[in-house]
Amino acid sequence: MKVIKQSIRDRDMETIMGKVLRFGVLASVTIVTIGGIVYLVQHGSQKPYYQQFVGEPRRFREIQKIMQTALQGRGRSVIQLGLLVLMATPLARIAFSIIGYILEKDFLYVVITLIVFSVIILSL
Amino acid sequence: MTALLFTLILLGVSTIAGLLGSLTGLGGGVVLIPVLTLIFKVDIHYAIGTSLISVIATSSGAAAAYVKEGISNIRLGMFLELATTIGAISGAFLATYIPTSTIAIIFGVILILSAVMSLIKHSDHLVTGRGGYLARKLKLNNRYPTQDGEQQYTVKNIVGGFLMMNVAGIISGLLGIGSGALKVIAMDHIMQVPFKVSTTTSNFMIGVTAVASAGIYLKRGYIDPGLSMPVVIGVLVGAIVGSKILFAARTKALKIIFAIVILILSMEMMYNGLTHKV
Repeated sequence: MKVIKQSIRDRDMETIMGKVLRFGVLASVTIVTIGGIVYLVQHGSQKPYYQQFVGEPRRFREIQKIMQTALQGRGRSVIQLGLLVLMATPLARIAFSIIGYILEKDFLYVVITLIVFSVIILSL
Repeated sequence: MTALLFTLILLGVSTIAGLLGSLTGLGGGVVLIPVLTLIFKVDIHYAIGTSLISVIATSSGAAAAYVKEGISNIRLGMFLELATTIGAISGAFLATYIPTSTIAIIFGVILILSAVMSLIKHSDHLVTGRGGYLARKLKLNNRYPTQDGEQQYTVKNIVGGFLMMNVAGIISGLLGIGSGALKVIAMDHIMQVPFKVSTTTSNFMIGVTAVASAGIYLKRGYIDPGLSMPVVIGVLVGAIVGSKILFAARTKALKIIFAIVILILSMEMMYNGLTHKV
């Protein structure tokens, strides 16, 4: 009986996760596309250079700078913002799992999920 | 080449990569990096950053579809993500210290492995029963829906699978790919999870693993908006189209062609690595 109950809750969680993932991907692609159009209108005739690594400027590297410059409507910053949304999607999924495991009182998995979450946050 | 033309060509190439990647189950990353470096002459670090982004996009897109069907084993995925995320971060750090020519050679080896793995007939395991101590303690044994109703299964060799997943994570962070082939080895061959469960669970994990290293690549300035934009859009469109025509296409012939393409690309990557052209 316990096993069945757990499996029903798992299914609910899975449905929510599926929705989170789909919404995140859709939002991200929309933002990236808008940023891409702005970028191409502004810089479409320039010649991009990728042969040698020079590194991106700060406004493409740091989360705060990306948000700041994206809000100013700068095309490539908006693209980076879309990529940040994409990267946040799996993170949101993990955050939902933590809540789910707390509700299920499965503390072993609360700990496991928290560790995975912290590892990713620390890398950002 | 102007940015506009470059974007349009890359959009087309990424759509094909996403399409083939989803039809063959290899993912888009394995073709994107060699195409970017060999044909577009993009620096390999930029190529890795771009590929990581495409990996997150395809994984989240596909996982959204699979999770709903209740096939993937979320606890197993979460437990193994411990191994892959820690591995991915180590891999991303290693990437700065390893010369690009060496990265190209490692990439070639992994490409060949992926191609071979995609051609080998899948071994579908089904282990039932109570399972070992760790599998029970971690609640990894589960059930999945089949035509004849729910099927119970047991997960074996937890420690071995965990270590293999750690290697898969390192490779993913180092090369910017999903390491689907290594994840299949860990889950199918070592842990003996049923094939359907292992592919969907692996897909589910790939995005999380890629985010762990993508953060580091972003901070280092390896993720370029001009490259990522057409690739994300193209790979996603390709993957969605691919999942719609999956049943109509003759995947076996396609798999062989794709494997040959990958073999040629991997040889060239290794040659360039050995002659220090990359």
